[in-house]
Amino acid sequence: MTTTEMTDPTTAQENAQRDKSDRQRTFWHKTTPYWFMSPYIIIFGTFGIFPVLFMIYLSFHTWNPVAGLGTMEYVGLENYALSLTDPTLWQTLWNTFLMALYSGIPQHLVALPLAYLLVQLGKRARHWLTTAYFLPYVTSTIAISMIFFVMFSKESGIINQALTGLANGSLTGWAFGWLHDVMPLGWVQENSLIRYSVSFVVFWKYVGFNIVIYTAGLATISDELYEAAIIDGANSWQRFTRIALPLLRPFIFFAVTLTIIGNMNLFDEPYVLTRGLQQASTNGMTISNYLYRVAWEWLDMGSAAAISWILFMVIGLFTGLYFWFFGRRGLGGE
Amino acid sequence: MKALTPVQKENLDGMFRMLGKALLWTALLTAVVFTVFPFLWSLLMATHDRTTMFSSGLNLTLGDQLVANYHRLLDIMDFWVGMFNSFSVALLGTLTSLLFCSMCGYALAVFEFRGRKVLFGMMICSMMLPPILTLIPYYMVINAIGLSNTHLAVWLPFSINPFGIFLIRQYVVASVPKDLLEAAKLDGASAFRTYWSVVLPLLRPGLATLAIVQFVFLWNNFLQPLVVLTSSDKMVITQMLRSVQGVPNTPWGALMLGTFISILPLVLIYMAASKQMISGLTSGAVKN
Repeated sequence: MTTTEMTDPTTAQENAQRDKSDRQRTFWHKTTPYWFMSPYIIIFGTFGIFPVLFMIYLSFHTWNPVAGLGTMEYVGLENYALSLTDPTLWQTLWNTFLMALYSGIPQHLVALPLAYLLVQLGKRARHWLTTAYFLPYVTSTIAISMIFFVMFSKESGIINQALTGLANGSLTGWAFGWLHDVMPLGWVQENSLIRYSVSFVVFWKYVGFNIVIYTAGLATISDELYEAAIIDGANSWQRFTRIALPLLRPFIFFAVTLTIIGNMNLFDEPYVLTRGLQQASTNGMTISNYLYRVAWEWLDMGSAAAISWILFMVIGLFTGLYFWFFGRRGLGGE
Repeated sequence: MKALTPVQKENLDGMFRMLGKALLWTALLTAVVFTVFPFLWSLLMATHDRTTMFSSGLNLTLGDQLVANYHRLLDIMDFWVGMFNSFSVALLGTLTSLLFCSMCGYALAVFEFRGRKVLFGMMICSMMLPPILTLIPYYMVINAIGLSNTHLAVWLPFSINPFGIFLIRQYVVASVPKDLLEAAKLDGASAFRTYWSVVLPLLRPGLATLAIVQFVFLWNNFLQPLVVLTSSDKMVITQMLRSVQGVPNTPWGALMLGTFISILPLVLIYMAASKQMISGLTSGAVKN
């Protein structure tokens, strides 16, 4: 395009051309944000919005994925009715809830005081200790669960070996002798123990993450507050409960929210510790595990979709209640 | 009762302080042992075979089966194929997410456009959505568009991690001066040009954080590969390790060796850059 020459006969043509390029430019200009957003829009539409809508549709149908889409059959509310009266669903929901409690509460009860001790130290010591505590969070849940599966092993596991050692030891025998009656303990084989075993692994993996959050939270509290409290005669326990804990409230709220969401989704740890849902699965199976079993082992996608929605409601209810009770105070003035 | 002299009192105080310090360190170091022990134990087990492992009694000595276990490991699974698959999934997924998340984060930070609030709201909602809920339709979408048993299916849905988009948006708002964007515009640079050669270089710390989060997540991910990757030449390492758990007479020593090697890459990166990794992986929680 040559706009430098300004001869009369071509002006109209040039104007038209300029108009066109202007329009093109404004088109590009106006749509630029959408071009930048297009990866999100396309991928989220495909893997986010469509699936959710399809889930609603699917939950009213029966469908076996191996047989193809043509076998889909409308069954109304049957999937929901079946799922809601399915005792296994309630059992697994109860398991999930219990494991969330058993692993979640100790996590925070241990992480808070440890973080409080950590901030008393110098920067270097704090850094090294934090690095060690955070290590499990970086490693994969599968690897960790495999290691613990071996540690929990009935005959050769270190936990049972250590307990036997305690029961046989001349110094500790009087206190642990009774263990002889119950050994060897099937930590991952027994229905009565599996929840504790799974919860322990979850606890072990995430406690370091919470320590880091709480240390960061405690670091935001200025020393002057503590100094003023010392002058007022507060001992270290009072400083912990009266200054540190209240000021940590937003951090506690956030960390507990993450724990709740994470624990409601628990899949990997129980999956490995029950040997792919083969053993101790009555008490060891979480709702996510059950969903996987219904969909991919029993190939009943319609019921699985209904279960998904029930799970969604339950999680929504729990989170809603939690925010309702603690949200305003938890978020503080923010 | 006789009153203490000032010197005695000071000594007593000092003793208490020492005792307190000793207790403090005992608590902290016990926690370290408690945390690190399973890793060391898996390494120890990697040197034993079934006979020495199943001998009763606490055995904390090194065995001599390390090399034999390595060969057993290669017998029961295509270990290095799994490692390579995990690596390629994590690397491709991370690089793509750096591109996509930075594009979206840039758009959300710089432009005013219709639908921005809606997109924002959708991202927040999708962060709340439990991944297991969308697993079934995810699996069906993957099948429908012909991506079953491909690595692309495992990392593509995570390349638009909403957390990553937020992170980048915050970085753009905080560390890219508005004047700079104006200047680039006056110089006639297109929006894409501005993004690529002005904004991206300034985002390096944010991109590094995002890369850490994505790589760790993709390397450790299990659920999506479990339902999508079906043939053994495509399986990632977490899947392979899990699947031999069902084999009768599982060679646990070999499996512990494999498990240990599989966590080694992340542990090594972590040793080298623990500070960045900790702040990266908790950056959703901790504002700094």
